Parts: sequence; C-alpha cells; structure tokens
Amino acid sequence: MKDINFDIMTSNSKPGPGDAGRTGSWRVVRPVIDYEKCTAAKKQKSICHLCWLYCPDGVVTKEIEPKIDLDYCKGCGICAEECPVNAIEMVEETGPSEEEE
Amino acid sequence: MKIIESGNVAAAIGVKLAKTQVIAAYPITPQTPLTEKLSEFVEADEMEAEYIAVESEHSALAVCIGAASAGSRAFTATSANGLLYMSEQVHWAAGARLPLVMCVVNRGLGAPWTVWNDHQDSISQRDAGWIQIYVNDHQEIVDTVIKAFRLSQTVSIPVMVCYDGYYLSHTYMPFDVPEQDKVDVFLPPYEYKHTLNPAKPENLNTVTMPFSRLDTDGVAQPSYMNIRYNLQQELRKSIDVFKDIDLEFKGIFGRGGDSIITPYHCDDSEFIVVSMGSLSNRIKDVIDQLRGEGIKVGALCVHLYRPFPDEAIVNMLADAKGVFVFEKAICYGNQGPLFSDIKAALYTQEKRPLIHNFILGLGGQEIKNVDLYDAIKQSCSAPETDNDTTRWLGLER
Repeated sequence: MKDINFDIMTSNSKPGPGDAGRTGSWRVVRPVIDYEKCTAAKKQKSICHLCWLYCPDGVVTKEIEPKIDLDYCKGCGICAEECPVNAIEMVEETGPSEEEE
Repeated sequence: MKIIESGNVAAAIGVKLAKTQVIAAYPITPQTPLTEKLSEFVEADEMEAEYIAVESEHSALAVCIGAASAGSRAFTATSANGLLYMSEQVHWAAGARLPLVMCVVNRGLGAPWTVWNDHQDSISQRDAGWIQIYVNDHQEIVDTVIKAFRLSQTVSIPVMVCYDGYYLSHTYMPFDVPEQDKVDVFLPPYEYKHTLNPAKPENLNTVTMPFSRLDTDGVAQPSYMNIRYNLQQELRKSIDVFKDIDLEFKGIFGRGGDSIITPYHCDDSEFIVVSMGSLSNRIKDVIDQLRGEGIKVGALCVHLYRPFPDEAIVNMLADAKGVFVFEKAICYGNQGPLFSDIKAALYTQEKRPLIHNFILGLGGQEIKNVDLYDAIKQSCSAPETDNDTTRWLGLER
C-alpha cells in the first residue's frame, strides 16, 4: 500500500504520436491522394498543403508529395473536403486494418 | 490549548495546521464562515497558501485538481447545490487519484430551496470514489481534517469530511487545538510522483480504450476498467489504512481510536440504533434514558461511510435482536442509503436481526428527543412489527 503503483492507478502518457493508441483502427474510410491532381506534387513545389494544415490529428506530412500516417489517421475526411483540386478520395476500408492483422 | 469556536472555524484551523498550500472555494451557506476564516488566515500571513477566489464550485475543485497535480496540498469546501455543481469534478478527482480534502457542510438539496441540514448532498456523491467521513463534534472536525490529509496522500484517494450544517458548523463548542509541531510530525509534506514538470511533459488521465493500449514507447497501458478496478481495490484497503492512521494520531494526540465506527453500549444490548453525524449525539441521550428504564438498547455511530466498513458493522450488529437505522437522507424511490448498506452487509449472516428504517430531519425538519424516544421504544417493544420497512419521522400532520 505504501508504494503505490501510479502506472496502474491512472492513465498517464508521454505526449507524442500514439499516446491515445493506434487511432487508425477507428477509421472506416481511408484517404487516398492522387498525386496526378495534387497541386504540390504536380508543380513539384512546397505550396498549397491545405491537407497538412487542416488535418486535426497532424498526420499529413508537408512534403512535395504529402503522406498520410495511416496508423493514426481516423478517416475524418477533412483533408478530402478541403483539397481545392479534389485530389483526395475517401475509399471504403475493406478487410482488417494493418494493426488488426 | 482548548478554545471555544464554531465548527466551521474548527475546520479552518485543521486546514491551517495541515499547512495546506492551495485553497479554492466558492461561498455557500452554511460553509461560508469556513472559507471566510481561511481567507483571513491567508490575508494575515498566518498561512503560506494561495487562496484562489473562483466563480463557481466546479472551478473550485478544478483548481484543486490542478494544484494537486502540480504537487500542492489542496483544499476546498462546499455544501448542497454547490457540491452538485462540482459533481463532474468530484468524480474526476477520484478517477485521477488525487490527494485532496474537501469539507462538505451538510445541507439539504433544492428544490424546494432549503439552507438547513440533512445528508442528501454528500450521500448523492457516495459512489464517486471518494472516501467519506461523517463527524459528530468540533473536536472530531479539526482532528479529522488533519487525518484526512494524511489518509488522502497515503492512499492517493480524495477525502470528504462531512459535518452537519448549523448543528456543527454554526454552534460553538470547546475543543483542543492540536499543536503545530505534533501535526508536522503526523503529517509530512506531500510529494506527488507525477508532479507537473515542463522538463518532463506528461499527459495526465489521457483517453483510455475498452482494451489495453500501447503508449508512445510501445508499452501496454491498462484499460479504463483496470484503472477503475484498482480504485475499488485500494478504496477497500483504505479502511485498514485509516484505522492505522487513526491509531498513530491517538499515539501522538491522545484522542481517537474509534474513527470507523463508535459503539455506545453495544456489548450488552438486544437492540442497536444506527446513525451518522451529530444525530448520533442526540441518540446517545435517548439511549441513556431508555437504559435507565431497563431497555437493553445501544447505539452505533458510523463515521466512515465510504468505503463502507461492512465487516466492523456486522461484528457489532449480527447478534442483535433488532437494528434501527435513523438517517437524514433517502435514496428516492427506494429506502435509506445507510439502511440498504447495512442490510446488504448483514445478508451473509445466518441469524439476521430484525431491521427498521427511519428517515428524519430532511431540510432541517426539527428532530425532537421525544420523537426519537417514542420511535426507539416502540421498535424495541415490538421489533417484529414493521420489520424491513422505511418510515418517516417528524412529518407534520
């Protein structure tokens, strides 16, 4: 009793990707970027990046070809909604996720 | 040193002696003089504490939660609807396992408005995961506040010290003020393992899943239910921890030793009257009167209500012929909460006593000794009548 085990007693974590677990498993639809349409990819310049800016989970990278970290992307679809050239399509998740496998 | 002061001042003195570092409270009748006294102590530099004036009870407890998370000894106090307003934070503080002490100066709940005493306010929070202690007089208020700080930091569970509005908060009684040097020995400074530290950022009470999750280092962390199971286990263990702390207090100050329950003539009694708070003092007078008439009746005062000390209570009551539970609260739509708990505790006994329940004193409804006398005498003379029923005492006709 004197030495209380705080790790079991409460839910504490180090801030960083995944401190709430692999939230990618919540996703029912997955964003897929078409780099043929994506402004930054098409022009090979660090421009637009509205997907990176709007992502509420910070899982989109600010690269010439933006990447989405599917371990944590919850599939909210905000990036697809905000993309001015409709380069992001939300596709149905079929079958088990990477984590579930 | 003995002084004559109000119950609210007794509580304030306890908080001061405990060297509380953060006080956040919102005034509400009948708690107000307690927080006023504390703000006077802080203003006069008699206490090295931050007194944080807040705009609501919800914020008061939220401030204490933050203060305790940062490693400070924190205190708040409230009554009635103020306690209900902070209810969300009440549950949070227990789940977050923060050592906090709160005085609940018991008052009935509106509607209709009442500022008068009953136990419905703190009883409504009994399932929040806090430790709840009900005290009977001014000495117990000041002593229990100090013990509560020690208990809460030992088990890392918040503690409510409940005392009756007006009956105790506003009446004056002589009591012994514990010596500061002895309190310092009894109550060492509070150290929190998870103290907020910018050099080591940490998410406290982060979201849990219905299953074990991996943290950022890939280590499995317990689920919500595991964390809650741990709270329950350690609450149950707190009964014995409180007993030990109370005995240590007795060793230093010479008072205490019956902090869980206090029996009064229970050894040779056929009938036992159970109650909590200042009502227990009234019942003792009536017991004296009835024993004078040759009726074998005793009384049991329950101090520790959560965690419920069922084993200690069963030891006292199992051999009685009749048990009569008098209480200032009701689980609406069912029966008295203490009555339900006692019945459940006695269920496993082979020979169970006859049991009566009386609800009285709601919203400060006058409790007359003659009514207590008549009810207890009637129950003793015909315990089989109205067994296992709840009756209201003192309704106006």
